[in-house]
Amino acid sequence: MITLTVNGTQHELDVEADMPLLWVLRDLLDLTGTKFGCGVAQCGACTVQLDGEPIRSCVIPVAAAAGRQVTTIEGLSPDRSHPVQQAWIENDVAQCGYCQSGQIMAAAALIKAKPSPTDADIDEAMTNICRCGTYQPMRTAIKRAAELAREVS
Amino acid sequence: MNALSTGLSRRGFVKATLSAGGGLALGFHLPALAAADGPWAGAADGAEINAWLVIAADDTVTIRVAQSDMGQGVFTSMPMIVAEELECDWQHVRAEFASANRSLREDRVYQRMGTGGSNAVRISRPYLQQAGASARERLIAAAAQEWGVAPETCSASASRVVHAPSGRSKRYGELAAAAAAVELEAEPAIRKPGEYKLLGTSVPKLDVPAKVDGSAVYGIDVRVPDMVYATVATCPVWEGRLSSVDAEPARKLRGVIDVLEFENAVVVVADSFWRAKQGLDALDPQWDLGEHADASTEAFLERFRKALDDKGVVAKENGDAYGALEGAATVVEADYSAPYLAHLALEPVNCTVHIQEDRVDVWTGSQNPESVLSVAAEVSGRPAEQVHVHSCFLGGGFGRRSRPDFVARAVAVAARVDRPVQVIWTREEDTRTGHYRPLAAFRFQAGLDAEGTPVALVNRSSSHSILAGLRPEAVADGLDQSSLSWLADSPYTIPNLSVEHHLQRTHVPVWFWRAVGATQNAFAIESFIDELALAADMCPWQFRRQLLGSRPDMIPVLDAAAQHAGWDRSLPAGRGHGIALVEGFGSICAQVADVSVSRDGKVTVNRVVTALDCGNTVNPQTIEEQVQSSIVYGLSAALWGKVEIQGGRARHGNFDRHRVLKMAETPRMDTHLVLAGGDKWGGVGEPAVPPVVPAVCNAIFAATGKRIRDLPLADQDLSWS
Repeated sequence: MITLTVNGTQHELDVEADMPLLWVLRDLLDLTGTKFGCGVAQCGACTVQLDGEPIRSCVIPVAAAAGRQVTTIEGLSPDRSHPVQQAWIENDVAQCGYCQSGQIMAAAALIKAKPSPTDADIDEAMTNICRCGTYQPMRTAIKRAAELAREVS
Repeated sequence: MNALSTGLSRRGFVKATLSAGGGLALGFHLPALAAADGPWAGAADGAEINAWLVIAADDTVTIRVAQSDMGQGVFTSMPMIVAEELECDWQHVRAEFASANRSLREDRVYQRMGTGGSNAVRISRPYLQQAGASARERLIAAAAQEWGVAPETCSASASRVVHAPSGRSKRYGELAAAAAAVELEAEPAIRKPGEYKLLGTSVPKLDVPAKVDGSAVYGIDVRVPDMVYATVATCPVWEGRLSSVDAEPARKLRGVIDVLEFENAVVVVADSFWRAKQGLDALDPQWDLGEHADASTEAFLERFRKALDDKGVVAKENGDAYGALEGAATVVEADYSAPYLAHLALEPVNCTVHIQEDRVDVWTGSQNPESVLSVAAEVSGRPAEQVHVHSCFLGGGFGRRSRPDFVARAVAVAARVDRPVQVIWTREEDTRTGHYRPLAAFRFQAGLDAEGTPVALVNRSSSHSILAGLRPEAVADGLDQSSLSWLADSPYTIPNLSVEHHLQRTHVPVWFWRAVGATQNAFAIESFIDELALAADMCPWQFRRQLLGSRPDMIPVLDAAAQHAGWDRSLPAGRGHGIALVEGFGSICAQVADVSVSRDGKVTVNRVVTALDCGNTVNPQTIEEQVQSSIVYGLSAALWGKVEIQGGRARHGNFDRHRVLKMAETPRMDTHLVLAGGDKWGGVGEPAVPPVVPAVCNAIFAATGKRIRDLPLADQDLSWS
């Protein structure tokens, strides 16, 4: 049995230790907001936070997440009130939207680590693929989210 | 008035039945999805005024969207068109996808449900405006009848009908049931450009909130009780077959339910996707690779190019191109080529199917729910009326999801599984079994007179036909117009012209790729036009301008791109501007790229300025988003895009070898709408893809003196000194 804490809820799972966290979230816990895009840590659609750090859940064995805090898009806020979510809505960022959960989880980790991210910080941290090409509004939204987060704190 | 006491009750019942059949009766649940955010047909509560819209007692208007949303914004722009005429409060509008099953049973009440060709607005605007206008007039008629006044003395605004002389007013929610029973003597006239209030204003997309908290449901997110998962390995060489497979190594793994053999594939069914994939990885299928196991892109290109030595089938002819070439002062010749390209939508193709005794349910993100329905009926052997397609959001489409091959496979799998099954392709399998943008080769010969004016052009291309696989009769004369975009319909005045084509076939399947034929053709011809400008010793912008005598409407668009980009600004060595112009999908698009190339050949696209004439606008913010999306899509292809065929198969399958643009590589993008207005309505999802590629290549020439005649750029040596 593996004990996994996702969005504050503890789960006891009878699961192979090497099943990637992504598939535990999606197929066992029905948390489908985290997406499958490549399976080899290239696209970032599966990005979740492990103890606050953005990780690509398609290559993290579930055993490596045991005993740590997993946060998925569903747990970022109960009501789309996280500054990144607010800024995303304000800037109409999403197109097809499939990569957006991963982008938002990466952006949320970025503004937490760097409350005033520069363009270079954004380039370095935001390496997820968006095939719709929403990068320009995403960059604007990250700066806006950082601003919103600073206002709150 | 009680809705059940009116003629509405029957409609209400039909709708409720559909709703139950499509959703709740199956116990189908939507993870963490608030009903108001869901795309599902039948979620609406209230009085159905017509097939397009339902008004609830609390004034919520639900508008049905017949097209698919793959990010291009129809989930918002189509409701805007209805709401424009309805005079409802936009804050109370929600959208859901229309039912293909209902359209089938009700004489195609949703008209054309396919999404492609950037034509959602172009095709459906008149009838969506009509649906909204008709509903508005019926709401007015219902109020007038209740008040005993003439309808002409009433007006509608912000979800209310008002009788100004008496000061009375009623909310739409109060009138909807009665309005549903009203029959109009004549349909009202619809508004024209210049009369719009909502169309032409920027409106936030309705589906964005559901896409920031993970609640938007894509095909891969569908969860049906008792559902299992499956994944597929197809013979790596197209047209090959499965010889044999020993299923045992998979069967003994945890969670594996079944191993299914198909003519050209093996499928593992399990209780999770990962366990299905583990099962597949444990197998060693033996393939009969067939007769194409030695085929390669290199050999294809050699064949395509060889054909260019001969005159092809003539697609367009003016004057005497060959004679004029003989007499020209200068002759310019060049060969170009463009590679196969995969769509690489981020959501791998997938489809969930449940076959029961009296119905077939299909959940997927598709660009055409009607073709999903017919394919599911055909493969399952059931009457089409029994097939229910539940449209999901699409994790990218780009043309890939207009082909229902993956639906056919999923239905065939479901026919052998006694419960709902979700078939998911891995990224590698999605890419390798894709249907690509055609491979193409070009040869141009142009003649200029002593003043540098083009007098002749022989324009030969050698490429696949997409239509040949769909409607062979359409290409019986050896020409497929979709392969000739921006070659046969070039706007430049060249008095002696011969546009010729050699139709090719390989075993590699080809399909519509965002912006289709113009993407490969514009790269070649818009680059060659630059070569002619150089030969004429003219600026590429002015050179194009002087050849546009027959298309004065294109000149302001071209000028806008050049002027906003600061075309005449001098740039340092290793940096240049490039320009290109393409008309497609009813819109004119000109782009200027500002590109730097380091001495060791590294390309940086600094900025892309776009001028677009799409005539009129529905949602300008969405248009700018689509232009940016097109630029990023085109740049990924220009920089790195190719599917290399080796050993008869696609060599690479995942993003590690199919590099695409990321945040750090994205240029600054500025979009300027140069609108002709009038009756012109152009598409916006694709027109900005084709010009960006030649604009960048022309800028590279300006920066380095190196002319790009083959793509992708990553394969070219761009170093300079």
